[in-house]
Amino acid sequence: MEKALLSVRKLHKEFEGNTILKSIDLDVNRGEVIVIIGPSGCGKSTFLRCLNGLEDIQGGEIYLDGKKLQKNAKNISSVRQKIGMVFQSYDLFPHKTVLENILLAPVIVQKRKRAETEAEAMALLEKVGLADRKNDYPRQLSGGQKQRIAIVRALIMHPEVLLLDEITAALDPEMVHEVLQVVLNLAKNGSTMLIVTHEMTFAKAIADRVLFLEHGEIAEESRNPKAFFEMPGTERARQFLKSFEY
Amino acid sequence: MQSLGIDVLFKGTNFLRLLSGLWVAVRISLISVSISILVGLIVGVLMTSENRILKAVFRIYLEIVRIMPQMVLLFIVYFGTTRVFGWNLDAEIAAIFVFSFWGIAEMGDLVRGALISISKIQYESAMALGMNGKQVYYYVILPQTIRRLIPLSINLITRMIKTTSLVMMIGIVEVLKVAQQIIEANRRSSPNAAFGIFAVVFLLYFLICWPISRLSVSLEKRWS
Repeated sequence: MEKALLSVRKLHKEFEGNTILKSIDLDVNRGEVIVIIGPSGCGKSTFLRCLNGLEDIQGGEIYLDGKKLQKNAKNISSVRQKIGMVFQSYDLFPHKTVLENILLAPVIVQKRKRAETEAEAMALLEKVGLADRKNDYPRQLSGGQKQRIAIVRALIMHPEVLLLDEITAALDPEMVHEVLQVVLNLAKNGSTMLIVTHEMTFAKAIADRVLFLEHGEIAEESRNPKAFFEMPGTERARQFLKSFEY
Repeated sequence: MQSLGIDVLFKGTNFLRLLSGLWVAVRISLISVSISILVGLIVGVLMTSENRILKAVFRIYLEIVRIMPQMVLLFIVYFGTTRVFGWNLDAEIAAIFVFSFWGIAEMGDLVRGALISISKIQYESAMALGMNGKQVYYYVILPQTIRRLIPLSINLITRMIKTTSLVMMIGIVEVLKVAQQIIEANRRSSPNAAFGIFAVVFLLYFLICWPISRLSVSLEKRWS
């Protein structure tokens, strides 16, 4: 069997005495798109945040490319360069232009040459349809545009895995589509992604595998998303999916 | 129309005397403002601390500064300490102490406000890009803090400069005191000098504060 790109073993997370994640095991293969769904408070966002060290974990291990994640500064920085993340709130740096937002990390963290990186940034901006906004400041952009820039800012680091944490949850409905289209294209081009979302149609279309999380545990896992969304195996997942129907 | 009393300005060295009085006011302001900014930055960072005792101490400090008129503080420090502690403070030192005591508290509070107004997600998104702690502060947090801080601190600076006119009350011969002396000395020959000379003092304060507040406006525009 192919060696997993990202492996999680018995991940355990507590916060102020409450257990948030209980002994989670997961192997993510290269090129795989995993969608994580579940009721709010089930720990799905926390799970993503543990993977790039934004949250401390109280037990278990995380391996990227067979190397264990350590919490020391040097290791965590190199891990974060390999595991990109996009957040729910558009988190661009407000004092920098679109292009500066994108170039900051590759230039100061990865010490890449500005000129080459800028060419790559422009190519990526072209792909998300925002090349003409390169000199705008975030406040001049719509939510959907900001979120597409945030995706480009993560992509330019050449991450091996991309974590998307409810990236359309704060968007107006008409902007959701333009952002999800970008993510669909990434999936087509073979990006490895872990996606937390409430967009069930999107989840069904993009997922190679679906995880249903509840009370900090993987309550159901399916490698056949079509079947899962038609007819989940567990009663809890059925109930959850039903809550999206009108 | 009555004479405006401007002529007194050009008698003898009057204008030069006014300017040297202005320099005293500017000197006290400059030193106090510099101390306030430097120490205020540190105090501001400490004010965001979770430590309860530290928080309470700064809270009380800030309230004292806000409630007590600067003149009362000046009197306590200059006159009060002489008898109680036997300190023979130089008036200018006392003034700088009071103005710094005031400035540090207000500057600290501005820094605290600017720091906590930056959302946690700014730190996290910078860290998620692999930046280390120093890089996060230097490239992401500080530029945003300073942008929020500059218009507010310039307002504080101009207020401090204007308020230095109080130091004549503890015997410092600054621009307003010099103006009074000139007016008194020319009471007979130019009884209207009060208008002309005080108008010139007004103009001098204006010339100092106006460029500073213009700077703030233009920075605000550029960064808004």
